[in-house]
Amino acid sequence: MTARPFVILLLLFLLLIAAIIAATGMGFLSISPGEVIAILYSKLQGQIPEGINPTYPFVVMEVRLPRILTAALVGGGLAVAGAVFQAILLNPLADPYTLGISSGAAFGASLAIILSIFGIAIPAWFSIPTFAFFGAMATLIGVFSLASTDNRLSSNSLILSGVIIASILSAGIGFIKYLADEQVSIIIFWLMGSFVGRSWGDVITTLVVIIPGLLFMLFHARDLNIMALGERTADTLGVETARVKKQLLVCASLVTAVAVSVSGIIGFVGLIIPHLLRMILGPDNRILLPACFLGGAILLLGADTITRAWLPSEIPIGVLTSLIGGPFFCYIFRKKQLAK
Amino acid sequence: MQSLFNIQNLSFAYGKNSVFTDLQLELERGTFYGLIGANGSGKSTLLELLTGGLSATSGTVRFMDKEIRHYSKQELASSMALVPQHFSMDFEYSVRDVVLMGRHPHIPRFSAPSAKDYKKVDNAMRTMDIMHLASRIVSALSGGELQRVVMARALAQDTKVLILDEATSNLDINHTIGILRVIRKMVDTVRLTVIAAIHDLNLAAAFCDNCLVLQDGQIVANADVNTVFTKEMLQNVFSVDVERIYQTNQNRPQIQFKY
Repeated sequence: MTARPFVILLLLFLLLIAAIIAATGMGFLSISPGEVIAILYSKLQGQIPEGINPTYPFVVMEVRLPRILTAALVGGGLAVAGAVFQAILLNPLADPYTLGISSGAAFGASLAIILSIFGIAIPAWFSIPTFAFFGAMATLIGVFSLASTDNRLSSNSLILSGVIIASILSAGIGFIKYLADEQVSIIIFWLMGSFVGRSWGDVITTLVVIIPGLLFMLFHARDLNIMALGERTADTLGVETARVKKQLLVCASLVTAVAVSVSGIIGFVGLIIPHLLRMILGPDNRILLPACFLGGAILLLGADTITRAWLPSEIPIGVLTSLIGGPFFCYIFRKKQLAK
Repeated sequence: MQSLFNIQNLSFAYGKNSVFTDLQLELERGTFYGLIGANGSGKSTLLELLTGGLSATSGTVRFMDKEIRHYSKQELASSMALVPQHFSMDFEYSVRDVVLMGRHPHIPRFSAPSAKDYKKVDNAMRTMDIMHLASRIVSALSGGELQRVVMARALAQDTKVLILDEATSNLDINHTIGILRVIRKMVDTVRLTVIAAIHDLNLAAAFCDNCLVLQDGQIVANADVNTVFTKEMLQNVFSVDVERIYQTNQNRPQIQFKY
């Protein structure tokens, strides 16, 4: 291993910090990066910043920063989860939603929304993410039990089970939308993903799942490399493949579920970022996984800032990422076809 | 001295399809075993049972001093290497990266490979004649080149036991003979134990010490090549007619088939 990958990791890290500061300053009220840093610095010291418009600290700390950090964490989480799914399923086209987790979360969220439409009194800010999370987890359990034979999980049966369960859930979501009748727009908007109005609570929820998840995945990065040789060979090289595979699938799914539950369904971050970075950095997961976290965070933060601060009216973030991601996917697919 | 592998009363079934019933087998150290038998006779399954990839339905598989299922994968990896029948790779690792993966069981989790690891990798690559491919991407190699990479990976693992599941099936005759010579030499010099499923009977006859003959889930012979290769055995096990079996200068049998 040479020094180059570490330089790129460091650059990505600095870029992420710069992006967070720049994005915090952007919006209806323009705040200069210097002022953002001054506000953050004085808040950390527990003081009230001097010589700065007194509404700025509120805008930075209570409005923008939680949303920005949530977007960064979700983007990073989805990208790392995508890289791990690709490595485990030995399929470069896998993404965090391959096992139907997004459909599970969407079904849960739709259920919570329809319940609140029908007047069942659970506060929606609580029930939607909670239902989404448990919907995702239930889907994962369903996919596992459908795919598992004698303690091994084959990639093909996992992917197939994911597709089957996702299609059943989609029908369920369709039915809920039908029931929602005129209020169906609430469901549709949730499904398209958004970071509007994210709070420090969301930052902390995602943080406590995504950071330990990231560390666990990094711990197994070298095992993931070996697993690229195929399950049988990896076993004979000392990797407890079946166990590592299961644990990492659960871990990546947890990360995905929490990401989806705070933001809705955001496509393609988990696909594009691992691909792009694998092209630049090579397939070594020890470098690739941290790079994906940083890259995913930068991308989603960037996309969210575009819709929040640049566009005349906010368009759903999931739509924006898919509009960028879709053509990119076509490009990769085409390139692969031509390379054969 | 205790035998290396000791299989007793082994039964194994895939679901309801029984492969082995009540199989007995002992394998010794420092021997080159050829595992032969028709397609579907259970060669790969037997190798999987020996490597601990599959667990016996009943009976025991002992490796050295304890049962194979009591070893951790890590322990087994430092004493046994496998070259599988099929190998493909979807990620763009270089040849050197893949051969270096053979050192995985010897490198602690967060350590970088040592100079010794790199030396073993270089030696393995030189032995398998793939030094010129070192920085090529494995997914761009031909079938035969890839098989040599996988062999090099197994050699880099530096184990006492080497298990080959038709590891030379994609190779040209030059590399096949080259590789089998290298392995033969390691059996003679460092007492490597090799268990190799081989389809080409003449190659098995030319290089192995003993041949294990599998038929319908039974080991019908386990003896040195001169004893095993008879017209009757070939007729019974492989249903082929043999013109003649002759001896080479090295006192090894070779078969001339009736086409």
